[in-house]
Amino acid sequence: MDLLNAVLVAPFADIVSNPRFFAEVLIGGVAAGLMYSLVALGFVLIFKASGVFNFAQGVMVLFAALNLVGLMDLGVPVPVALVLTMAIMVALAFAIERVVLRPLVNQEHIILFMATIGLNFFLEGFGEMLWGANVKKLDVGIPDRSFLVSGIQINQLELSAAVTAGVLVAVLAVFFQRTRIGRALRAVADDHEAALSLGIPLKTIWVVVWAVAGLVAIVAGIMWGAKSGVQFSLSLIALKALPVLILGGFTSVPGAIVGGLIIGVGEKIGEVYWGPLVGGAIENWFAYVVALAFLVFRPQGLFGERIIERV
Amino acid sequence: MIYREAGQFKSTYATDQAIFPIIQDRVVVLGAVVAAFLVPPLLGSEYWLQAVLIPFLVYALAALGLNLLTGYAGQLSLGTGGFMAVGAYSAFKLSTAFPWLNIILVFLLSGVIAALVGIVFGIPSLRIKGFYLAVATLASQFFLIWLFNKVPWFVNYASSGTITAPGRTVLGIVVTGPNATASARYVVALSFVVVFALLAKNLVRGRVGRAWMAIRDRDIAAEIIGVRPLRTKLLAFAISSFYCGIAGAELVFLFLGSAETLAFDITQSFLVLFMVIVGGLGSVLGSILGAAFIIVVPIFLTNVPHTLGIALSVAILKQLELMVFGGLILFFLIVEPHGLARLWQIGKEKLRLWPFPH
Repeated sequence: MDLLNAVLVAPFADIVSNPRFFAEVLIGGVAAGLMYSLVALGFVLIFKASGVFNFAQGVMVLFAALNLVGLMDLGVPVPVALVLTMAIMVALAFAIERVVLRPLVNQEHIILFMATIGLNFFLEGFGEMLWGANVKKLDVGIPDRSFLVSGIQINQLELSAAVTAGVLVAVLAVFFQRTRIGRALRAVADDHEAALSLGIPLKTIWVVVWAVAGLVAIVAGIMWGAKSGVQFSLSLIALKALPVLILGGFTSVPGAIVGGLIIGVGEKIGEVYWGPLVGGAIENWFAYVVALAFLVFRPQGLFGERIIERV
Repeated sequence: MIYREAGQFKSTYATDQAIFPIIQDRVVVLGAVVAAFLVPPLLGSEYWLQAVLIPFLVYALAALGLNLLTGYAGQLSLGTGGFMAVGAYSAFKLSTAFPWLNIILVFLLSGVIAALVGIVFGIPSLRIKGFYLAVATLASQFFLIWLFNKVPWFVNYASSGTITAPGRTVLGIVVTGPNATASARYVVALSFVVVFALLAKNLVRGRVGRAWMAIRDRDIAAEIIGVRPLRTKLLAFAISSFYCGIAGAELVFLFLGSAETLAFDITQSFLVLFMVIVGGLGSVLGSILGAAFIIVVPIFLTNVPHTLGIALSVAILKQLELMVFGGLILFFLIVEPHGLARLWQIGKEKLRLWPFPH
């Protein structure tokens, strides 16, 4: 009876009795969720446009942030460092297309997935070798002060993350739906060979999509870096983007955002109100278990395309 | 010329279906096993046994397990570390709760427990496929590690949170714990690998293995010809986890001596996955070759710059190791997707034709 009370009644009583605290937890969850979404967006882009599940997206975020911080530490002014980092990410896209993807055309998806795991480890070692493994502070001038709205603390950094995520999604949606190259990307994702025979240059498309994912990684890297410093654990945090993806669906840009919000909010509320019952620190696996439970009922995720299988 | 099977005729089904139908293969494998049992314990130094050969054998067993699941049944898993942890913690609980239980039996029982846990986490595989499943197996990795961290019962309420291998004997020889000699541990680990590699080899040749491969190659077609997907997939998860569980138990009992949950974190899962990719997906021999390769690379990386007189810091070595591992994965996937096992096979073909290449 005590257990039932602790699981089903007490947390809700807490929520009702202290709504202001609940609102803060909620906002914290939304902010964390948006951060996950930013990483997940990169995954979705590549998957949507080339059918490659890019496990290395998290490390690309770390790599982008490391480059940015490294350049700034060398005394390069922020705008120049930003442009240079962008150039590096585009160059990286070219390199990945040439070295990894081109020889693996027409391989099974699972092989490409494992190749991105290899890429993941390579970039991790490479980035740290270039710029060192110690924690670096990233400050690109995003204000990080808190202010109160009717007694609820709101952080400016979290606010700007939310705005950035919103803008990014809008831009990407327009890019995919309205531009020529966006249409080409979708065609490639649907069927490599058909797209090729229509005269869509596969190589260019892959470079474009990895470059765009690299640019999204820079944005995510700046946000994450400003919040918690640039360090190795950034790539581990990116593992959190995976349940976001399976919840939202691999092919949906809005899915990445909604999934991120659900995971972020669910995780924070679960941790604060139900975590203490099982000893806390459930944040590590809570997202995965939520996503897993969800998948059993809807294997393609919330907004994912239904997988139709024919014999 | 060197490697010739001409003139070796088979007149019964039994000889035709033998695991090693060619006499040269039989002799080489038998010789290798005998040599493996005799040479290292007699000649190998403590360092080689303890730091190279024992971890190699432990990981070979884990790689075998993962290869059965990923290479043969086509279910990509990133939760190997979690299942190894289940094996290790069950072995610890069993050996401390029942001190009279033979340690070999303890290992096998912890394998069974890991298999049961594997079945539980394999259930979603019926509905979830491919990448979705790979991510879902991460859930088992994180959840299991958290569980062992949080519930003090698993570590017998030790405040340090570590599990320590107690000293146990087999046939009067101490094989685990701090008093066991490296040779004794090595022989135990080797026996497990030999027995279970043979079992795996037979398993994948038979009904079960063929059902796994059918599911891997095209699951719907497999279902139509009468392979029951749920049963087949769960069996793959169970047997794979059984192998990984024993490997986890061995990791603590024969190699590390004592361990925290940190020893089973996600990097372990990736390490074993690398062994499977580099060795060759869907190959028993490949798992063993892959394990040897991945164990040797860091040792090579540490020693070569040292002998060349280049002083590298530990951090640089670690980063170099990551880069080399990542690069190797890419290299093997691009150049030889079937891994070291395929290279070995090509080598055998060449020897068969030598000195005439056509």
